[in-house]
Amino acid sequence: MTEEFNVLEHELVPEHHILPKKEVAKVLKELNLGKDQLPKIRLSDPCIRALDAIGGPVEEGMIIKIVRRSDTSGMSVCYRLVVRG
Amino acid sequence: MASKSTVEVFTRKGVDEKVAKLLVENGYTYTKVARANEKTLRKIEKILGERKLKRVLNAIKTKERAPKKKAQKPLKKPKITKKEIPTKIEPLRPIETKMMTMLEKSGRTLPRAVLRDLATRLERVKMPDKLLRQVLDLACERFEGHVIDPNESVGIIAAQSIGEPGTQMTMRTFHYAGVAEMNVTLGLPRLIEIVDARRVPSTPIMEIHLEEDVRNDLDKVREIASDIERTTVIDIADVETDISNMEVMVRLDKRKMERKGLSPIEVHKKLSKAKGLKGLADLRDENVVVRCDEPSYKKLLRLSEDTKSTPIKGIEGIHRAVIRKVGGSYIIYTEGSNLEKVLEQKHVDKSRTTTNSIMEIHEVLGIEAARNSIINEASKTLEEQGLTVDIRHIMLVSDLMTNDGDVKAIGRHGISGRKSSVLARAAFEITSAHLLRAGMTGETDSLEGVVENIIVGQPVTVGTGAVNLVWSPAKKGGQEK
Repeated sequence: MTEEFNVLEHELVPEHHILPKKEVAKVLKELNLGKDQLPKIRLSDPCIRALDAIGGPVEEGMIIKIVRRSDTSGMSVCYRLVVRG
Repeated sequence: MASKSTVEVFTRKGVDEKVAKLLVENGYTYTKVARANEKTLRKIEKILGERKLKRVLNAIKTKERAPKKKAQKPLKKPKITKKEIPTKIEPLRPIETKMMTMLEKSGRTLPRAVLRDLATRLERVKMPDKLLRQVLDLACERFEGHVIDPNESVGIIAAQSIGEPGTQMTMRTFHYAGVAEMNVTLGLPRLIEIVDARRVPSTPIMEIHLEEDVRNDLDKVREIASDIERTTVIDIADVETDISNMEVMVRLDKRKMERKGLSPIEVHKKLSKAKGLKGLADLRDENVVVRCDEPSYKKLLRLSEDTKSTPIKGIEGIHRAVIRKVGGSYIIYTEGSNLEKVLEQKHVDKSRTTTNSIMEIHEVLGIEAARNSIINEASKTLEEQGLTVDIRHIMLVSDLMTNDGDVKAIGRHGISGRKSSVLARAAFEITSAHLLRAGMTGETDSLEGVVENIIVGQPVTVGTGAVNLVWSPAKKGGQEK
């Protein structure tokens, strides 16, 4: 099998995007949070592996923007900090 | 005078204290000795003598190596050729984009769902921009009135909102829920299971959707189901132990074999490769015989057991597959779950296939999928019992469980047991143990949470207790007196 299944295409998985470095400060200011106060996502998370394969290397300390499809608000955006593990 | 800490560095490495003192007094620190070249070594030799120097060097050498780090699992790199992040949010309709820009101009926001509702109502109505702006302003005002207040204790509300209907759940409701004769854990036991983040649910179940071209073809679906269902020798044959010839006779059942699409040759192949039976199986006119190579009844008995449990086909962990027609197409339900392996099967609709094992979803699809799965499973369980709990409460619970990157349980080993405040932990469970431990290790409690403040009799830090009034006196000549 050449092509592996991309987990990002699964129904249960929301959109994951790497937050560009330029936008990090802006987002953190908007949320009035420090970087380590964000929810975390592991570097070994299958979605992070898939992102790594698609959009270049993902490293510890990067922020992932997650766009969820929500039953209550239609669309909601949240951020997760990439941590080791 | 030799400084104590420099000597200590030596002694910790196993160097005699006297020798260490001598070294330090002559101006040699640990790093100097450890990295000494020939010349300095000779100098040290003059001070210590050959024998002592050797001992010192040995002590330093043997213990210098850092303890081996546990080899980290290399991160998997999936092969994905399509370099694109799939998008899942529907794009905005023209009227919605127009409304969005209007809102942005006035510095307000509305959630997508509200925007969509408004747009569908307004789509067929011709409306001047000025009126539309008024509509949006009013909508914003109404919406902001419904937003939860800052510092509202949402966690307590969520706990009560889930807990109260929970008391009405019947304690043990094992029941056959819709799915053809399949046993599903429901009700309170299932809810506890979800919240406790158990590794394996008591009744793991998978829902396997199929690709479009096969999902209406019953024969094909049967074939796929039989490829997924674990089949062992005992399922397709009678196994007899022949004591006089010291062999195990596997009488294959033709009809069962046909239904599973197996041939005697395949069975023989699997059996001769199976664990404990390597090279012992023979094909004898349509049947398979496993010879015993030792004249021992014990071994014969073991061979017979091994033969019976040899897997022939299917995926590990899936005991049964049931085909059911849902809305015109067939879906395979399985007892037992193995998401990773099922997703590798052909003809399986990979993007829709799910399991009720949250841990498995976390491992295969990641933390965000686990979050969604917790929400789905919990609200499904509550709904089946005829209880209505607002999904936002469950979302909060789910967010908390998946906050630090893996699925944590609520309770002793999870969130409540790992709070930073001693008093909060002590108030939850095993009070004396927590307090004693905190006393021994000298923990401090910054009194930030609710429980701690109730214990010490202060206003809690939620609601109005979380804000302070500050009076800034008016400047001279100001209006205020």
